[in-house]
Amino acid sequence: MADLVENILREEAEKESKYKTIVVQKDVDIEIDDGNLLAYDPNPIDVELFRSNRNEYLSNLARDNTQLLFNKLWTLPVEKVENIVLAKLPNPSTQFPREKRLPKPKPETKWEKYAKVKGIQNKKKDKLVWDEQHKEFRPRWGYGRANDDTKDWLIEIKSNADPDEDPFAKRTNAKKERTAKNELQRLRNIARSRYGKVPGVGLTPVSKPNKDQLSKALVLAKKSTASLGKFTEKLPKEKATREKGKRRKFEPCVGDMKKEKAKQLHILHTLSQAPPVNVAKAAQQFMSQEEDNATFSKEGGRKKRGDKAGRRSKAGGRPPKKNKGFQNRGKGGKGGKGK
Amino acid sequence: MVLQRVVKPKTHKGRKFLENREPKIEENDKVAMFIKGGNTSQTVSQVLKEMYMLKKPTGIMMKRKNVVRPFEDQTTLEYFSEKNDASLFLFGSHSKKRPHNLVLGRFFDHHILDMVELGIENFRSMFEFQNDKCSHGTKPCVIFSGQDFEQLEDYAKLKSLLMDFFRGPKTEKIRLSGLELVLQVTAVDNKIYFRTFRTVLKKSGTKIPRVELEEIGPSLDWVVKRSMFGSDDLYKRANKKPSEAKKSKTQKNKSRTNLGDKMGRIHMQKQNLDTLQTRKMKGLKRKKGGDEVEGEAGEASESTNEKLRKMAE
Repeated sequence: MADLVENILREEAEKESKYKTIVVQKDVDIEIDDGNLLAYDPNPIDVELFRSNRNEYLSNLARDNTQLLFNKLWTLPVEKVENIVLAKLPNPSTQFPREKRLPKPKPETKWEKYAKVKGIQNKKKDKLVWDEQHKEFRPRWGYGRANDDTKDWLIEIKSNADPDEDPFAKRTNAKKERTAKNELQRLRNIARSRYGKVPGVGLTPVSKPNKDQLSKALVLAKKSTASLGKFTEKLPKEKATREKGKRRKFEPCVGDMKKEKAKQLHILHTLSQAPPVNVAKAAQQFMSQEEDNATFSKEGGRKKRGDKAGRRSKAGGRPPKKNKGFQNRGKGGKGGKGK
Repeated sequence: MVLQRVVKPKTHKGRKFLENREPKIEENDKVAMFIKGGNTSQTVSQVLKEMYMLKKPTGIMMKRKNVVRPFEDQTTLEYFSEKNDASLFLFGSHSKKRPHNLVLGRFFDHHILDMVELGIENFRSMFEFQNDKCSHGTKPCVIFSGQDFEQLEDYAKLKSLLMDFFRGPKTEKIRLSGLELVLQVTAVDNKIYFRTFRTVLKKSGTKIPRVELEEIGPSLDWVVKRSMFGSDDLYKRANKKPSEAKKSKTQKNKSRTNLGDKMGRIHMQKQNLDTLQTRKMKGLKRKKGGDEVEGEAGEASESTNEKLRKMAE
């Protein structure tokens, strides 16, 4: 009976041993980052065993760790794309430093700000538009565009239009003005994105200015003198204009006593908080100063030129140290570094 | 400071090229430069070539020798990084004082973030191993072993650097049968052992196959020498995550009907309908102790009677 049991067990073991196990025993679980296919095994390495046979140890270690990593990877959700089985990797868990700095968000153009406030959405336009004249679809812009008015050989003049002006020239000029305006706005947008603020355009020439434009033009003309309009005389019926610009407010001379007191005390307070004395630095300065005095004048007394003692100790006596820094830059800088 | 004129690209291709190099939220895969120093030995040249092969699509091999000393002057390397748009580098050189030297480093914003000098001790080229190799460009599985990588700060930073260098392009899906390349880095005995293997999948009786490894490719033993790591401040800046990358809340309770109407769902807590506060209708007030309907009517008639009485008075 016992033999039979043993036989059965042996047969079972043989069957199982046909395939090698995928189980790996580790003291400390290894850290796996499947998103990046990385694994870190913090288990201590048996140095003795390692030294006895390096390559074998490393191979075995690699195999074990790879097995653990693969065990994890095979449990991931799987997709089938064109008869290829793909595993979907999760987000990587290890954080790596970026390659470049974060991009600065581009500042919005004037139109974009306005559109955002008003809630205007960008409507997608079709490239081809129906051209009634040619009875076909033509591109909206570019070569062979639809509704092209530059190709008109005839322009009907309205009854109220000026008979002397050339309508063809008028059209081309209007087009030029529009492109110039667009270009100006584009450049101002670029300047605004780079420098933040751009100065205003000022007054643009208009053929028939209205009341507001005229008054503005008048004000600007008065101010555009060398002394910024200080000595320009007023026109006979002109009203005195208010001062434009930032208004500055000053405290009254005799006013709130409490406020004045508080202000003065604040000033005194900030002054009283003198920077603390850096004792180490002060000590160093004092010591270096003493050294200078000592080297310059030996035995404490002032040296006289032509003194015998002076001549003997000429080599020893050093001139006083010059101020390190700016004054010495041009003179002894290069020699000092010894490049 | 040189006032540079902004060079605007004139072609679409040029514009796309420059846009690719600009800082982005979702970054490109890091490109590595393989640079030879003023004097290189056979070992060092071979190592650089083989590392380049491991990093094939995202690697640039510099053909000429460059007399550069990375630890003294980083400007040349930074210039290379800008020109080649590379953020990793492996610099190899050989001298009597520093034989078979490799300097591994990475950049942040084209300025050096960290550098480590490794001395090559034993090198076995991939041509010494007579077996089939993996195809170029497979994403490797990188495995680190050894307590040093956890316990020593320098080694931890080196681990991050090696991981960054050897991990392949970012992918979301992989073909499980295509996981061929395994790189192993072990820190033992004050040295770092770098081994390359190819996987062979075998049946295991379960769904998950048994992995057997065959050593191919370069096998290196390194000794960590000098290192230069960036300040904590620099690391902080480099590790900053963009706010857009943070997942925007998926608005689950908003939807659109087919006609384009926006529909929303509000989830309420359970309410006691008996004590619910609705609009006050005085006429529907329940009288104490009386029947509802009668009470209502009674109430109504009573109130009107009261009003009439008051008016009369």
